[in-house]
Amino acid sequence: MAEVVLDAVSKYFGATQAVADLSLTAADGAFMVLLGPTGAGKTTTLRLVAGLERPGTGCVRIAGQDVTRAPPAARDVAFVFQQYSLYPHLSVFDNLAFPLRAPARRAPEPDIRRKVEQVAALLRIEAKLPERVTRLSGGQMQRVAIGRALVRAPAAYLMDEPLSSLDAKLRAELRVELKRIQRDLGATILYVTHDQTEALTLATSIGVMEQGRLVQVGTPRQIYEDPINATVAARLGSPPINLVPRSLFPHLAAPAVATRIGARTEHARIGRAPRCRAPTGATANGTTSGRVTWVEHLGDQDHLHLRLDGTEFVTLADPDAGLAAGDEVMVALENPLFFDAAGARVCA
Amino acid sequence: MAEIRVENLQKSFGSVVAVRDSTFTVADGTFFCLLGPSGCGKTTTLRMIAGLELPSSGRIMLGSEEVTSRRASARDVAFVFQLFALYPHMNVRRNIAYPLVSIGMARAEVRARVDEAARILRINHLLDRPVSGLSGGDRQRVALGRAIVRQPKAFLMDEPLGALDSEFRHIMCGELRALHDRLKATTVYVTHDQMEAMSLGDRIAVMNHGVVEQLGPPREIYDRPATIFVADFIGSPPMNLLACHDSLEPGRRTLRLGAAEIPIPDPRAPLERRDLILGVRPEHVRLSDASALRGEVFGTEYLGTTQIVTITTAHGTVRARLPSTQRVGVGEAVGLAFRTERLSLFDAGSGRAISAAPHDAAPVMEAVHG
Repeated sequence: MAEVVLDAVSKYFGATQAVADLSLTAADGAFMVLLGPTGAGKTTTLRLVAGLERPGTGCVRIAGQDVTRAPPAARDVAFVFQQYSLYPHLSVFDNLAFPLRAPARRAPEPDIRRKVEQVAALLRIEAKLPERVTRLSGGQMQRVAIGRALVRAPAAYLMDEPLSSLDAKLRAELRVELKRIQRDLGATILYVTHDQTEALTLATSIGVMEQGRLVQVGTPRQIYEDPINATVAARLGSPPINLVPRSLFPHLAAPAVATRIGARTEHARIGRAPRCRAPTGATANGTTSGRVTWVEHLGDQDHLHLRLDGTEFVTLADPDAGLAAGDEVMVALENPLFFDAAGARVCA
Repeated sequence: MAEIRVENLQKSFGSVVAVRDSTFTVADGTFFCLLGPSGCGKTTTLRMIAGLELPSSGRIMLGSEEVTSRRASARDVAFVFQLFALYPHMNVRRNIAYPLVSIGMARAEVRARVDEAARILRINHLLDRPVSGLSGGDRQRVALGRAIVRQPKAFLMDEPLGALDSEFRHIMCGELRALHDRLKATTVYVTHDQMEAMSLGDRIAVMNHGVVEQLGPPREIYDRPATIFVADFIGSPPMNLLACHDSLEPGRRTLRLGAAEIPIPDPRAPLERRDLILGVRPEHVRLSDASALRGEVFGTEYLGTTQIVTITTAHGTVRARLPSTQRVGVGEAVGLAFRTERLSLFDAGSGRAISAAPHDAAPVMEAVHG
């Protein structure tokens, strides 16, 4: 396994800049997750590392070697795409064995069998080995695609939303497996996703991208607790961070330039309002009152939707609080985040 | 719009039984989700309702009419596929108008219906654009538009959001639900994604091996799974399942799990000694030094606001959803306590839930749409 470095890489498609002056180092053995909205340049970045795109400027280094101009096959990386591309005329076994039978690095057949069976067991597709891949379900095909990367021990694995087509249970299981594989192999993985649960649980390091730029790099905890701007803050957190006007909490101490407050569940103290109080609005003791509009049941958690002076405010519902739609509540904030008019983080 | 009724529906492909004796009713105006893992028979069920597959046996009623063996085109339902096949050489308006033009509807009527559909979907500004340049979300809106203009008796959707990336999927989920609230159209929606089913469905049918294992509102499916399969399929992470061997005599309110006596909801009927499975959702597990149910912390997964803590016990692995602020160390010995009224109990032999008295009462926190 090896270090992967992008050094001041830019990539244009026609007049559109897909990747802008991006520098990023995935250390040897790192699980680097690129997180960002559609069109942020995550997939292009991955393809630049794979050699499927060539940068306009800048260079790509794998294990210290400049591979900027090297073809994909010479880069010793294994790529898992969102859309699995398997050989339909081959069995599952032969699809998995394919990379090991490549002329450039042909392994002895007993070794291939052992490796394929080991990976198939890991991905729980042992029973499918003799079958044609066309007979598999989507989830099974995707596991074969992941397996085809795992049979090799390349310098780095590049994965583009490899779990997005799987059901939640399988996704959760494979998440744990991927993390274990990465730790056991000491693999360097560059991984693209929209899914914040994947980013938070898999990554040793998250790179947040926006409009072709790398905006912030850090551990999951750093990105979540200490985002550098409002859009990064909004990328992680379920329910998403509440970005509300500073004026909603007029009695809260805040930096002078702060125009918005970012408040997550853990920043909000929510209590039942005493019966005889004005329906909504700020009160002198620093709290703001409002009303529960909806308790949303999402399967793994309940979201509490509040309306505070015309502004929607959503937190994780505390099952012990027993709040229901229509209840009057008081909200106080503790150590929330502050953002200026441009969206940059300002510290209290 | 109309009610859909499926009676003793069965479908075999050669020796493989895809759907086994399914019976359910989709009430008029309901958003009904068929949820299950791949190969459970949900898509086959939908295709039989659409007329794209003929059942081996059973009946399908659409409103008051039996349509079991009627051709798809004569059923007055609109099907929305995962891979929305739009006509690339036509603009948005002509794509949406196509189902109406092809049945020879008058031009003024077609125009009015397309405009209405575009207004509902908020794509009026795209009507004259070619479909080739559209984003995934807009293409899906056009595909929905083509279903809406027909004003069918029901919408049938087969993982319509499956091809979108997860971010768009979430947005489109909200739009689909809002669309449903405006049109009040009977909708049958197939998905393997429990979050989609939970946030969209008025009712969910959970399928496994061709059988509907449970049918009910999302909250009920989550809080009171009828089978071990449903308990394990729904939830992320799913319900913890702990094996034990015990009996339940009248008046007994605890279950023996090794050295621990776990308080459980009052069972409705006594139960002789047998293998039981105790089910507890991760968010209903607390760490408690006082508890005799002991375990060791195996790992923690940081999720921002919360963390998932995996604990190994003598009775199986337990995952707890705890606040991230709670300090938990790997290797630490901990005691576990459960929220009693939220526990489920299953008969290990049959895999079915054992009903308890508190389950008759309304859930603690009611989810209300809107």
